[in-house]
Amino acid sequence: MSPTEPVLQVRNLSKSFGTNTVLRGIDLDVPRGKVVALIGPSGSGKTTILRSLNGLEMPDAGSVTVGARGTNGEGGPVDVESQLPSLTLDFETKVSPKEVAALRDRSAMVFQHYNLFPHMSVLQNVVEGPVRVQKRPRAEVVAEAEALLARVGLLEKRDAYPFELSGGQQQRVGIVRALALKPQLLLFDEPTSALDPELVDDVLAVIKELADDGWTMVIVTHELAFARQTADEVVFMDGGVVVERGPASQVLREPKEERTQQFVRRLLHEI
Amino acid sequence: MDFNLFWSSLGPLLLGAIKGTIPLALASFALGLVLALLVAMMRISANKLANGVGRFYVSIIRGTPLLVQLFVIFYGLPAIGVKIDPWPSAIIAFSLNVGGYAAEVIRAAILSVPQGQWEAGHMIGMSRNQTLLRIILPQAARVSVPPLSNTFISLVKDTSLASLILVTEMFRVAQQVAAFSQEFMLLYLEAALIYWVICLALSTAQTRLEKRLDRYVAH
Ligand SMILES: Nc1ncnc2c1ncn2[C@@H]1O[C@H](COP(=O)(O)OP(=O)(O)O)[C@@H](O)[C@H]1O
Ligand SMILES: [Mg+2]
Repeated sequence: MSPTEPVLQVRNLSKSFGTNTVLRGIDLDVPRGKVVALIGPSGSGKTTILRSLNGLEMPDAGSVTVGARGTNGEGGPVDVESQLPSLTLDFETKVSPKEVAALRDRSAMVFQHYNLFPHMSVLQNVVEGPVRVQKRPRAEVVAEAEALLARVGLLEKRDAYPFELSGGQQQRVGIVRALALKPQLLLFDEPTSALDPELVDDVLAVIKELADDGWTMVIVTHELAFARQTADEVVFMDGGVVVERGPASQVLREPKEERTQQFVRRLLHEI
Repeated sequence: MDFNLFWSSLGPLLLGAIKGTIPLALASFALGLVLALLVAMMRISANKLANGVGRFYVSIIRGTPLLVQLFVIFYGLPAIGVKIDPWPSAIIAFSLNVGGYAAEVIRAAILSVPQGQWEAGHMIGMSRNQTLLRIILPQAARVSVPPLSNTFISLVKDTSLASLILVTEMFRVAQQVAAFSQEFMLLYLEAALIYWVICLALSTAQTRLEKRLDRYVAH
């Protein structure tokens, strides 16, 4: 696989809820090790795209291809030998539960409201997937989980329950839980929008580090400064279509489309 | 009242509790919970037929007296050729009854767990059943302990109805001793006392269990 070959390839993704058409033919390519920021007004379909990429939502049409895992050096999704083959789901035909499971094997999601398991300790939250689902050896998974927790500064919280953590700490656990699955693709749905303002930066710093490590990511965010620093490409969508896409600095500093200009201006004024 | 009789009948009554009341309650509750879980799953499933069958069952159980359910199974079924002994009849009736009440408790408890927990379970790769067992039910258990404890405590007392279909549990022993000695007040108060002590012990156990399950929520 060449470095520019996409890890994620979305074609003509479409989805309606009843008579409400939410996605109208979305195309998206994310090359290996690149970060795409998905921005747009509330209700434009950003969450629905991410959920489709994790098999939590079933699109009506289109296809999703997730390519093979690559090496990214220290801290990145390594393990060349355990690469999963590339997978294409074509939503024109009926998708089986097996295919949905295979899609979930390849992507992992960080939720807006963290969605940690409240009845499990921090460490249990992180190892549950790798041990119970991926059936990897517990000792090995625990060692990896502890290293990841140490990286985000939460090793001493390994035995705490989620309710004992701040929102920012919970979200960092949410990120570690996703990383521990060793996905090919990381999905973030407004990872900081439920946080108190003073807790946002710690979480964004962790995501920025992951980008530098070479993880392939799709990030839905309203943090434009963060998007400009972190994302390789920014995709602006509105009303279920991609209105504008391009290098982060171009789309955020000199948007071509009027709707993008309005959106970016409004968001910058709010800050 | 004859206090010698109180002490001499205590042994047989306790034996009736240990060999009758308690195993009857435990077996019926265990079977009833399994049934309740199945019915709760039917009630939250998207399948209209499963949902309807579950709803109908719950409605019948909650809409008819337990004593009538017991009599239908023990005295009624032989009329259509199904003859079941007292003990199995009692266990079947009580299990079906617990199943109906606990199904609604479990269903409500499952629905009280946020949708995001299902999604997080799926995100880490769990199937529906794995998510239910590992993620949803442990959280549902916490909220369902108080109402299920009430169901169990009611059941312990309701097992006295089994005396009417000839099951030798504690209350039937009390009736037999009372009939023999003519000391009705003494024997029935003695039985009441033992039920009360059992229920007190269960309440204490309930409080402990609630505390244990509460350890992961903010206070
Ligand atoms: N499960 C659902 N059922 C019905 N409508 C939904 C559902 N999920 C999302 N929608 C609708 O789809 C549209 C896009 O939602 P979403 O993808 O969450 O947008 P965004 O994340 O950009 O705010 C909204 O109009 C929303 O009401
Ligand atoms: Mg959203």
